[in-house]
Amino acid sequence: MSIDWLHFTPFASFAGGLLIGLAASALILMIGRIAGISGILGGLLHPRQSDTAWRIAFLAGLIAAPTLYRLAAPLPEFQLDSTVMVLIPAGLLVGLGTRYGAGCTSGHGVCGLSRLSPRSLAATICFITAGVLTVFVTRRLLTP
Amino acid sequence: MTQIAAFAAGLIFGIGLLVAGMANPAKVLGFLDLAGKWDPSLAFVMAGAILIGLGGFAVARRRTRSLLGLSMTLPTNRRIDRRLILGSLAFGIGWGLSGICPGPALVLVGVGSAKAWIFGAAMLAGMVLFERLEA
Repeated sequence: MSIDWLHFTPFASFAGGLLIGLAASALILMIGRIAGISGILGGLLHPRQSDTAWRIAFLAGLIAAPTLYRLAAPLPEFQLDSTVMVLIPAGLLVGLGTRYGAGCTSGHGVCGLSRLSPRSLAATICFITAGVLTVFVTRRLLTP
Repeated sequence: MTQIAAFAAGLIFGIGLLVAGMANPAKVLGFLDLAGKWDPSLAFVMAGAILIGLGGFAVARRRTRSLLGLSMTLPTNRRIDRRLILGSLAFGIGWGLSGICPGPALVLVGVGSAKAWIFGAAMLAGMVLFERLEA
């Protein structure tokens, strides 16, 4: 292993993390809900649930973020190399997996670990390990 | 007021993801690529988020009502079962294939990336499938 000093952004990433923690804290303190993106989105699909307005408002804020950001500064570069043939099964796995696992990077990784939940720690270890192994297989074993 | 608070929280969350560089799938994959040139940035995002979250949730735990007077909906399930493990592993595989998890997916949809829309549609289809299988 070697550190990718060219792309490593400790200060910006830490600062962004502080904002994410602030947003998650604001949501739980103001309206008593966990800022887990997969749960908020998945909850909209649940036919019996009547609390849809706050979910839509939160997701709208998330989607509007790049537009607001653009008013202050140019959007950071992003690079999405995966082909559509990879993005479709990847999206399906993310959708299905986060619902069965009851959370994603935000619900388990940020909120769950902030609550010191052993269940969220187990989930976080599982998805990071699976992610690392998947990248190892696709980049180191399957890519010549 | 609830909706305004939720919208503001979503907005700050999304800006946090952009500032942190986590809306960039290549950067997330750089964190997961332990055997290559490793970019530890994502660990710094988690550290920053949890640092604030520890305080926020410590206060939240002691309250029975939110600041806007709503009931606190904190998770009560503590079971570490096969569902949690297998679901999280499946999510991790999808995450490792694409470098995208649900939050950044929606931010990228907001950026207007066509590929992000395709990923987002597939992710939604996966969630609908869950509802069909479990409802």
